[in-house]
Amino acid sequence: MVEKLRRFFRTEKGTGLLLVSPTAIYALLMLAVPLAAVVLISFWTQNGVRDFDTTMTLANYKEALTDPLYRQLMLRSLMVSGLVTLITVLLAFPIAYFVSFGVKAEHKSLWIFLITIPFWTSYLIRVFLWKVILGYNGVLNSGLKAVGLIEEPLTFILYNVNAVIITLAHAYAPFAILPIFVALEKIDRSLLEAARDLGENRVMTFLRVTLPLAAPGVVAAVLIVFIPTIGDYVTPRLVGGPGGLMIANMIQTQFLRLNNAPLGATLAVLAMLIVAVIAIVFVIIGNRAAGQKGARK
Amino acid sequence: MKSLKVYAIFYLIFLYAPIFLLPLFAFNSSTVIAFPLDSFTTEWFTTLLTLSEMHGALLSSLKIAVTSAVLATSLGIFAAMAVSRYSFPGQKGIMGFIMLPLVLPEIIVAVSLLIVILRMGFSTGAWSVIVGHTLICTPFAIAILQSAFASLDPSLEEAAYDLGETPASTFRLVTLPLVMPGIISALLISFTISMDEFIIAFFLTGAEPTLPVYLFSMMRFPKLLPAVMALGTILVVLSVLLIVIAEFFRRRGAKRTGNDTGGFL
Amino acid sequence: MTTAKKDRKTLISMQNIQKHYGDYHALRGINLEIGEGEFFSLLGPSGCGKTTLLRTIAGFEDYDSGYVMISGNDMRGVPANKRPTNMVFQSYAIFPHLTVAQNVAFGLRKSGMSKAEKAKAAEQALEMVGLKGYGHRAAHALSGGQRQRVALARALVLKPKVLLLDEPLSALDRKMREQMQVELIKLQREVGITFILVTHDQEEALVMSDRIAVMFEGEIAQCDDPEVLYRRPKSKRVADFIGVMNFLSAECRVEDGKKIVNVAGLGETEVADDQCPEGFPDGAATVGFRPETLTLLYEGQTATHREAAATIDEVVYYGDMTYYDVRFDGVDKAVRISMRNIFGRDVLEVGSRVRVSWSPGALVVFG
Ligand SMILES: Nc1ncnc2c1ncn2[C@@H]1O[C@H](COP(=O)(O)OP(=O)(O)O)[C@@H](O)[C@H]1O
Ligand SMILES: [Mg+2]
Repeated sequence: MVEKLRRFFRTEKGTGLLLVSPTAIYALLMLAVPLAAVVLISFWTQNGVRDFDTTMTLANYKEALTDPLYRQLMLRSLMVSGLVTLITVLLAFPIAYFVSFGVKAEHKSLWIFLITIPFWTSYLIRVFLWKVILGYNGVLNSGLKAVGLIEEPLTFILYNVNAVIITLAHAYAPFAILPIFVALEKIDRSLLEAARDLGENRVMTFLRVTLPLAAPGVVAAVLIVFIPTIGDYVTPRLVGGPGGLMIANMIQTQFLRLNNAPLGATLAVLAMLIVAVIAIVFVIIGNRAAGQKGARK
Repeated sequence: MKSLKVYAIFYLIFLYAPIFLLPLFAFNSSTVIAFPLDSFTTEWFTTLLTLSEMHGALLSSLKIAVTSAVLATSLGIFAAMAVSRYSFPGQKGIMGFIMLPLVLPEIIVAVSLLIVILRMGFSTGAWSVIVGHTLICTPFAIAILQSAFASLDPSLEEAAYDLGETPASTFRLVTLPLVMPGIISALLISFTISMDEFIIAFFLTGAEPTLPVYLFSMMRFPKLLPAVMALGTILVVLSVLLIVIAEFFRRRGAKRTGNDTGGFL
Repeated sequence: MTTAKKDRKTLISMQNIQKHYGDYHALRGINLEIGEGEFFSLLGPSGCGKTTLLRTIAGFEDYDSGYVMISGNDMRGVPANKRPTNMVFQSYAIFPHLTVAQNVAFGLRKSGMSKAEKAKAAEQALEMVGLKGYGHRAAHALSGGQRQRVALARALVLKPKVLLLDEPLSALDRKMREQMQVELIKLQREVGITFILVTHDQEEALVMSDRIAVMFEGEIAQCDDPEVLYRRPKSKRVADFIGVMNFLSAECRVEDGKKIVNVAGLGETEVADDQCPEGFPDGAATVGFRPETLTLLYEGQTATHREAAATIDEVVYYGDMTYYDVRFDGVDKAVRISMRNIFGRDVLEVGSRVRVSWSPGALVVFG
């Protein structure tokens, strides 16, 4: 038996598994087990401060799905993340296109580097700065007042959903640009010349060749923005005001303030489920769209 | 392309605008964070020196970031080597799961770890933040290391083996020196992510807060906002510096092994 | 089983090597003997298993069954770092973080030599490959030809019993390649080590090797010295792969114990046993012959052996040579004839009627 195992670990498959196992086991213990625990606890009931009633019940789910407060938070989160995704991807595509097609090869990595740098700086600080920019006495209002464009400070730009959307769109910009850029870079340039050679103009070449080939990048960009934004905590907390709060804030409240971990867990599970379903649907649609373009893979 | 370039430049300005505001207010003598600016001062930086609580936070942040970076990079080396060298059953699923924290909202990671930790009767502390940060840094380390390993011609290792080295000495004499720039880059990136991370630390930090958690608590006091700006400036400058160094190492590694395969991610 | 030439002692012996990659049968019963000091080539189209076989000898590849023996020792279970073989990789695998001298001395780490001895050995090896004085250079700044020389020096400095070379010249441009071919032959004679060269270039194999094994789809189709391989290929496939071979259909019969072949357009002739590698077929057959075994007869010339009438279909002028595609009377298919361009001899025109001289001994009969 031992000898058999030893021989297996000497094969390609075995060595690969052996090598990946420390990382995989870490992810299993620190991610899979905790995620499973969240799911489990979501069926329990809080009983006092640290105690749970471990009888399995759907009561939390019933409450989460029927209470208008939770439903509203969930819908708002979806709406915010959908809008943020739409805005970021739309704004990002021209940038990715420009860097891929309009920048000399030797300058491309510099551009990409410049675009990604802000992402590596503290998220908390960047969000906080948007609060400073959009605030009642903020940079934007004081600036606009100084040049005489407005007399009273604008109030619709802070402590509401708009502020959340602006801030998130800013924070996730590099995430959207990178996958689209990678997809565009992979396009064989002679394909575009072929399309021109076959009589298409620039616009039609873009629509018939470039865009379909960039589709996988766009799908990746959508997912990479949509999934994390729905669970964002900092932005709604700092710039959202009471009307801009999202589901993550409620999860935090349930866990750390109201001490109702099971309900918090339920909300977390529901959020993950909804994200997963939407992501899967999106991937299927994306695959189907890409699949029509024949045997690229 | 002309108009696209103009757009791109505006876009970059939009990206950097908040960050550029930081030093403006950090060196501005007014206690209100608004235009017009007042006079130049370094007072807020001096204030930072007096906040002893902050020093504790800085220390615990450094401790957490260094440990997480080392752990994440080590785990990253194993996984990156496994995927770039071998194909094994369930590879896609296993790697997909390891990379999951890249898209998973951090609050989910935080909450789920918190549940398990409390349920098992432990109390949170620097160690639990390290656990969480290692989890979220590992995918980044893997992404960087994978390209380092992939650009390493496998026949180099075979050549060393062919010339009489053992697998272990081959790793020491050939593999390690050639992927070292990637390893340094992964360490720096992981360190930076951990230093800046807020939510996991917010949930899992015990009695001693990390720097971002402390910063968050400072934000509630208008009086402290200029100092927040000063601290923010320092953090951002440090992050950018570390990232530039990381990129330098990554490129040097790519140049050495002969092919540059894009930037981060 | 093919054996090494009589005057050589067998160094490597392989018996019935079988190897699968998953479902793919990569090596299908390889039997081979390679002698000491031999320059041996594995020749075959891309994907036929040459690299796999070479790596099996080096110890990088496990095999399902069979034996690899080096100097009479079974190599099963002996790892690559313990085998008396060294390899020149297709990519050369020069360590980019080391200097040229450090690269060459890499394998001497555990040799027990002093530092000075190692440096001297490396310098000597570099001199041998024509890179004297390059030791201090950074490896990543070398040209393709130089990298290859470093790879050679690095392997040879260890004085292996066998040097394995996997398409070492394919990354070089044509001029460099031809120059390196000559240098490799000289080097091999000088060091006297067995070289096993993998190549898909039949010309390269013919030029360089003492013996060549032609491989198709994981099997050795023929293993012979270059001349036999060229003149007496054992199958149509080998014939087609090595150089240019003309094929014409023929009828075979035995008459009074004589093997008679009636070749379309050429007529009847008797053939010897060694002209029928697959045995003498009865009835329909194919006959092969090389372009240079045919000669166009100019006015006043007479055939040394046999003669046939033909029409010129196509003329391809190469400077030193002219290739004529001609059709023998009564045959639809053109065959190629190569003629050396001798000063004063005209290049003939398309459509000309010509007489062609051919010799029965140059024919090879396939079933
Ligand atoms: N590691 C491998 N896994 C699966 N198939 C392989 C592997 N290596 C080689 N092969 C297959 O085995 C066959 C022979 O490969 P190789 O020995 O490299 O051919 P050659 O060197 O003659 O071009 C090819 O069809 C190739 O696709
Ligand atoms: Mg090969």
